[in-house]
Amino acid sequence: MSKARTSPVRSAAAHAILITYTVVALFPVLVIIINSFKERRAIFRSPLSLPNAESFSLIGYDTVLAQGDFLLYFQNSLIVTVMSITGVLLFGAMAAFALAEYRFRGNPLMALYLALGIMIPIRLGTVAILQMMVAGGLVNTLTALILVYTAQGLPLAIFILSEFMKQVSDDLKNAGRMDGLSEYRIFFRLVLPLVRPAMATVAVFTMIPIWNDLWFPLILAPAESTKTITLGAQVFIGQFVTNWNAVLAALSLAILPVLILYLIFSRQLIRGITSGAVK
Amino acid sequence: MGSLRLENIRKSFGKVEVLKGIDLEVKDGEFVIFVGPSGCGKSTLLRVIAGLEDATSGNVLIDGEAVDHVPPAKRGIAMVFQSYALYPHLNVRDNMGLGLKQAGRPKAEIGERVAVASKMLGLDKYLDRRPAELSGGQRQRVAIGRAIVRSPKLFLFDEPLSNLDAALRVNTRLEIAKLHRELSATMIYVTHDQVEAMTLADRIAILNEGRIEQVGTPMELYNRPANLFVAGFIGSPKMNFIPAATLRDGGASTVGIRPEHITVDAQEGRWKGTVLHAEHLGADTILYLDTEQAGFLTVRLFGEHRFGTDDVLYATPQPERIYRFDDDGKAIA
Repeated sequence: MSKARTSPVRSAAAHAILITYTVVALFPVLVIIINSFKERRAIFRSPLSLPNAESFSLIGYDTVLAQGDFLLYFQNSLIVTVMSITGVLLFGAMAAFALAEYRFRGNPLMALYLALGIMIPIRLGTVAILQMMVAGGLVNTLTALILVYTAQGLPLAIFILSEFMKQVSDDLKNAGRMDGLSEYRIFFRLVLPLVRPAMATVAVFTMIPIWNDLWFPLILAPAESTKTITLGAQVFIGQFVTNWNAVLAALSLAILPVLILYLIFSRQLIRGITSGAVK
Repeated sequence: MGSLRLENIRKSFGKVEVLKGIDLEVKDGEFVIFVGPSGCGKSTLLRVIAGLEDATSGNVLIDGEAVDHVPPAKRGIAMVFQSYALYPHLNVRDNMGLGLKQAGRPKAEIGERVAVASKMLGLDKYLDRRPAELSGGQRQRVAIGRAIVRSPKLFLFDEPLSNLDAALRVNTRLEIAKLHRELSATMIYVTHDQVEAMTLADRIAILNEGRIEQVGTPMELYNRPANLFVAGFIGSPKMNFIPAATLRDGGASTVGIRPEHITVDAQEGRWKGTVLHAEHLGADTILYLDTEQAGFLTVRLFGEHRFGTDDVLYATPQPERIYRFDDDGKAIA
């Protein structure tokens, strides 16, 4: 940035706002992690103090790893999240390509129909979805969750990706057609790499609500073998007694995979922005 | 081999009619340029020829065969795009060879043809680079190379020079002219720049609002424009149009005279006027006159002249170079 456009006061103010926001955003996460390493009494006596020699305890993690099948819950959550993201990105990108690239009767109406889901929460349809899953024999399977989450993620994905795909140079696609590439090759080899930043954005936006969701796992797949991590953590919350050590430890562990996935996608995002495009 | 015939090509997007019946015949080995203002349909016409758009009605014939239902890759044509449109994930060699690879040609043949084309364009040293590592001019040469490699019946150029800077544009223009001589291939070229059109074309087709206004060699268009539009479009600075009534010229509606066909004199002449502005370009001097008899006139004088603003001059048109147009804008022979 040029010197003429920076003033120390302004940049200090900007940083103050950003730092405040960061603190606000990170505070709950930090409290969870700090307290997951403390014993029960210490959690309630001074929730904000760091664990010291006296209050440090791994009892929460011990409980989590001993009780319940936490590795399985992790695995379930990962399978559901990764498969749903894959579905959302693949089908969302394909639909977006069709809407952005081809002129056909009803294209704008179709685009509106596919984007409508952004405004209507999928949970309104829970009863119907449950009936459908029962009829299809999919209750207590991960497939049920994957299907629902894919449907839930598609509207936003199509909306964002079709805007980006409209910006991909027509000349490039036409050059591919002149060289005899099939529409599928044009889509996978020419267009998708160029919209990678948008794909990463969509992946992140899709991933977090799926990972955090409690509603659909509770309704569609509450069985022991299909529990996701958020549902698994509820085991320790009882009507009368709550094992806070275990809850906090479970939540702390649950942050890790989603953090790793985020890091993977955000690197893709940066690479997408910096890679050479058409011109 | 490589002739093209267009029969009554029409193209509408929804209710908007972009091409309103185009008929054109391009002979084998000819260099034809479509030129016209933006929005005249010239790029759409090129895309119809390429098969990237379907015509609403009419036929495209390449070498006498109707290709209306033939996909672009099978029409035996190659196209060079304005934005180069190189594949960002492939190096120069693969960019040029992809079309042949898709057509299932043997590797040895592809390698050979890429080598010939890259030598012709001076790209030998860059074969392993990606498009992102090339300059604008080099990218455009790769795009041209990609077309040459396919040895098509027909080359299509869609404003290939408009993304290049002025110096590079002149160079690439010369290269394209040389290429046309060497390959003696049929080429169709779209541009909005009349200088490119005049310098490169065997024949020029001038398009306006979805119609061809006139087809002819550059000099035919310059010397015998069919109508007001062509007269105004070809030539720079633009032809002067004077309402015939002010000149008391019966039988015509508008009188046209090119700036370079007016002589000026400080003492005497037909139209008396004052200089509003003078542009001294060295090789040319361009004067903007406000005359009593003919209104505003642009005059182009060759060489350097010492006229300045507010000088009083007399302008005289060369009588044999006066064009006359009727009420519909058609030229009166």
